[in-house]
Amino acid sequence: MKLPQLSVFLENRPGSLMEPLKVLADANINLVSISLADTEQFGILRLVLKDWEFAKSVLEKDGWVVNVSDVVAVDVDDQPGGLAQMLGILAEAGINIEYMYAFALRRNVRAVLLFRFEDPDAAIEVLQKAGIGIVQEADMY
Amino acid sequence: MFTVQSAPIDNVIRDREESLPRDQLEALQLTRLRDVVARVAHVPFYREAFELRGITPKSMRSLDDLRRLPFTTKDDLRRHHPLGFLTVPRDQLARIHGSSGTTGKPTFVAYTANDLQLWSDLCARFLIAGGLKPQHTVHVAFGYGLFTGGFGLHYGIENVGAAVVPAASGNTRRQIEIIQDLGSEVLICTPSYALTIAETARELGIDPRSLPLRFAHFGGEPWTEEMRQQIEADMDILAFNNYGLSEVIGPGVSGECALRDGMHIQEDHFIVECLDPDTLDPVPEGEEGELVITALTKEAMPLLRYRTRDIARLNREPCACGRATARMSRVTGRTDDMLIIRGVNVFPSQIEEALLRVEGTTPHYMIEVERPATLDQLTVRVEVLPELLSDRMDRMQRLRDRIGKEILTVAGIRASVELAAPRTLERFVGKARRVVDKRKPGQ
Repeated sequence: MKLPQLSVFLENRPGSLMEPLKVLADANINLVSISLADTEQFGILRLVLKDWEFAKSVLEKDGWVVNVSDVVAVDVDDQPGGLAQMLGILAEAGINIEYMYAFALRRNVRAVLLFRFEDPDAAIEVLQKAGIGIVQEADMY
Repeated sequence: MFTVQSAPIDNVIRDREESLPRDQLEALQLTRLRDVVARVAHVPFYREAFELRGITPKSMRSLDDLRRLPFTTKDDLRRHHPLGFLTVPRDQLARIHGSSGTTGKPTFVAYTANDLQLWSDLCARFLIAGGLKPQHTVHVAFGYGLFTGGFGLHYGIENVGAAVVPAASGNTRRQIEIIQDLGSEVLICTPSYALTIAETARELGIDPRSLPLRFAHFGGEPWTEEMRQQIEADMDILAFNNYGLSEVIGPGVSGECALRDGMHIQEDHFIVECLDPDTLDPVPEGEEGELVITALTKEAMPLLRYRTRDIARLNREPCACGRATARMSRVTGRTDDMLIIRGVNVFPSQIEEALLRVEGTTPHYMIEVERPATLDQLTVRVEVLPELLSDRMDRMQRLRDRIGKEILTVAGIRASVELAAPRTLERFVGKARRVVDKRKPGQ
């Protein structure tokens, strides 16, 4: 199950992280996950949220550049070696990971990892075959 | 006579022509002007203008007739790229240098063997005027390459009989070591690089005043009297200014004597006019104007009335040093948008051309030049298309690197590139002001 993720381009200056978040707050939009990738000069704010289409239009109306990409939420066994085992399966299948980040799923207080794969469909197939749980959209929000 | 670290700077005049009385100098200029008009008459650009204006060598009756000659601009050189201004066959060329063009292509300038001899003589003149002696060791930290600074000074120093250390640019720590090890007394570089040397020396725990350097000849970029005082105090040296540009010959057009009250123009080889850049009429004596230079004696590519775009003042009073040649002030500005960044001439149009080569960039950009410590820093901010602002960092870093590489290719300078989101940079009504130069004026 692929989830849409919004990416917002931020310039590296004071207030640039707060501004798009304030736009979403004013529109009464709640976030499921948030991650920030940054360099010295710019940042990319990555957001997963339920009403992503609405959120995108609200941000764009305010002048932000918003990109949509698919991520896969994986429920990893919460025990030593759980993540390593899963990454091993992906490596063996030759699946490329562009980046990943973790967040806590509110519903059952579990740690979920969000992956941006080069080829998300192939990754889902490999993970499902190995019996690794993929978080469905309904369980996310 | 000046005394620095108990070493005198003698007032020495190399050539008789430097101290010719004004009337004799002007007679020589007129003879040479007729000669150069005859020599360039078959260059298509000049032939056309000469026919239109009825110009022949004989029609140059006095130096005032110079004003009937056409101007030559950098654009004219570009339109006749690469070597459309040659007056001699290609096989007579001995060397070709280049300077920044307004676009990606450099402007080429060519020399015959005689031109190279003349060039080294002219550099030797101002080096000797500024204290150089055969027993000195000279550290040259100018770039060697198409840029005329390195090679021009190099052969001038050899001409004087001094020892050259062609250290070229870069690796300041090593340069300091070389200066110390060889006991070099003379430094040749841009004034801002001298400040970098002083600063780096201090970082290494070396007092820059303890270096063996006694004096320096600076050029390649405009600087101020305040900067001279700072360098002289920092390094305990005497700093001399010289001027030149590749289209005219390179360094050697003018330089300071021991009195350091303006740069003596080598008027037996160049006629320098100081004109109002708008009306193109001469400005009153002593006022600022654009320098327009005619090369009288060069063989391969003598240009008539080349518009330098450099703003300065002329002083035709004879100097106490004994030279009767006109002196020019420091260059105080430009009449075009050329920037000099770390001694490299950069035109905003070059940045624009570099951006055009990278897919996904837009015509909206800003150029910022700063000098945070001693070295100039160029920042280019460019708006990119929304689809290129991806969620993937590596792709955006790659885009930045691409832009930086193209700027280096086209303009020959490293820039820090900043990506900007669409519609975030300032929009201009009328003439765009894309360049922000935060360095002090004239520095």
